[in-house]
Amino acid sequence: MTSLLAAEVPTRLVHLSPVDVVIVVFYFALVLSIGWYLRGRANTGEDFFMAGREMTAWVAGLSFLSANLGALELMGWAGSAYQYGILATHWYWIGAIPAMLFLALVMMPFYYISKTHSVPGYLKLRFGEPSRALSAVSFAFMTVLMSGVNMFAMAKVMQIVLGWDINFSIWVSSITVAIYVTLGGLRSAIFNEVLQFFLIWAGALLIPILGLYEAGGWSNLKLQIAQRASEQYVHLWSGLGSFTTNPMGIHWTGIVFGLGAVISMGYWTTDFLVVQRILAAKDIRSAEMAPIIGAGFKMMVPFIVILPGLLGLAVLPEKLVPESIAAVTGGHSYNDVLPLMLARYCGPGLLGLGVTALIAGFMSGMAGNVSAFTTVWTYDIYRPLINNKSSDHHYVNMGRWTTIIGVLISVGTAYLVMQFASIMDYVQALFSFFIAPLFGTVLLGMLWKRATGAGGFFGLLCGTLSSIGMWAWVKVDPTALRYVALSPHAKGLAQDMYQALWSFIVCVVVTVAVSLATKPMAEVELTGLVYGLTTVPSIGDVPLYQKPLFWAAIVVVVFFILNIVFW
Amino acid sequence: MISIWFFIGISLAVNGALILSAGIYQLVNPPLHPGVVLFNLHAGVWWGAVLLVLGLVYCFKFAPTRRS
Repeated sequence: MTSLLAAEVPTRLVHLSPVDVVIVVFYFALVLSIGWYLRGRANTGEDFFMAGREMTAWVAGLSFLSANLGALELMGWAGSAYQYGILATHWYWIGAIPAMLFLALVMMPFYYISKTHSVPGYLKLRFGEPSRALSAVSFAFMTVLMSGVNMFAMAKVMQIVLGWDINFSIWVSSITVAIYVTLGGLRSAIFNEVLQFFLIWAGALLIPILGLYEAGGWSNLKLQIAQRASEQYVHLWSGLGSFTTNPMGIHWTGIVFGLGAVISMGYWTTDFLVVQRILAAKDIRSAEMAPIIGAGFKMMVPFIVILPGLLGLAVLPEKLVPESIAAVTGGHSYNDVLPLMLARYCGPGLLGLGVTALIAGFMSGMAGNVSAFTTVWTYDIYRPLINNKSSDHHYVNMGRWTTIIGVLISVGTAYLVMQFASIMDYVQALFSFFIAPLFGTVLLGMLWKRATGAGGFFGLLCGTLSSIGMWAWVKVDPTALRYVALSPHAKGLAQDMYQALWSFIVCVVVTVAVSLATKPMAEVELTGLVYGLTTVPSIGDVPLYQKPLFWAAIVVVVFFILNIVFW
Repeated sequence: MISIWFFIGISLAVNGALILSAGIYQLVNPPLHPGVVLFNLHAGVWWGAVLLVLGLVYCFKFAPTRRS
């Protein structure tokens, strides 16, 4: 495996100067110091797994966003922007903002009131043990795979940019994450994620600033992209009327209903990796404000991720190619665009900070996966299914050991994911398998009191199986794409959008049908879990500017303005 | 407990100081082959200064000695 990777690697892009090395080493020292400082504040289950439920809205919100700023965000989406143009921005705007606001204003009160430790924990309260077990096992599986993807992406970047050995990168980063999460639990992960958020912006912000200067501003950049690629590369919506008039081969229905209404809702409202950060908020107002703060910053992330990809189209002298071709020719792939831009503009010191930003992004994603995996394993698999009679101290120790074991499993997974041609398509497929049906189950559980335990379980099971079935169908027979994605011209990401949509529909239909055929649950069992049977606590008598609804409205207005400006 | 914002201040200040120093060194001793485009803008100088000032503000505002 290592020799195969070595054969793919072109000459390193940059050489770190001594000051760059000092900046990278300082970063590792600081994150380990934070973990060491917080080691004494993770002695109970509430402290280790839920950070004591004392995070402010800002800390929870930035951590919520930072946990998502992993390898996919920084490198994968910059590569997607180079490949598909500004269409990749949909994953940040319609593919995130409505879902984050929906989480804040509609779903968070139910998560928060139920005092659950996890999303599978909510399913236990609402639908019973089978639904929790199914959800917890599938989440644990997905999480370690995601963590492996993060590690692989990080090691590839370090290899391409710095010429570092891939094994060295994987082990140094994973051991660091294992140490600081094992020592300080979720609080340590959250603190480091907030730190990483700042480093990511500090390290990545110069690329679009200098890139726009070199390109001669946004208007000139659009002209250059139109000459070198297509005019459609800088339009968000105008080319989505047909599958054949945009670089992604997708129709607007796939973006709006597949991405906006299902995949993003599923990810941002039920993926425990991000929801766990909000559950650590200190009160209901902070829990509602945190995703709104995250949404505000999420709208700005394309500036440091998508714009560098677009700038690469305009200013890089060489043409980047798909991963599979780059592996044969020795050239650079789409996913290399961000490191290439970094090397283009950043001299000594700035380069070290840029590399640190990449490492920070990868490590925040990895730590998010590991801490979520640890909680779900301990509270939703180990305690209910294996050992439910031990002390709180025992479960904290189990959490620490699970952190180490989870990191080791992720390391193994990192080597497995190398066989996939595209990191992005692979992870999107994973989202479709589990996230979309889970969203259907949780949504019906919160909003429809008639949904029963059997309905929830079989809906989740059938939705997940249908998603895996569609994916396998297209793998075996690529012409099946015309049925799954409604067009033979659809490409990988478009397939994932429609696959998610169908699996969500299957989940909802099965849940409704089975629920109507089974005995309704007693209303007293549903109090605090379902809309209409739950009194949502007031956020208190606060001024307008402290109300979540006020800030959500501002985010919505900015969201619409941005979509119209880049139409 | 030390605030997370204090740790962030330390990080920004130290990184800013290192980048500013490297930028000033290159300003005084410009290399024959800079290796980056737009070298003439000396981004390291002004970006390092911005990070340093921001970091110092955070360090001062959230210093452990100023908090109960």
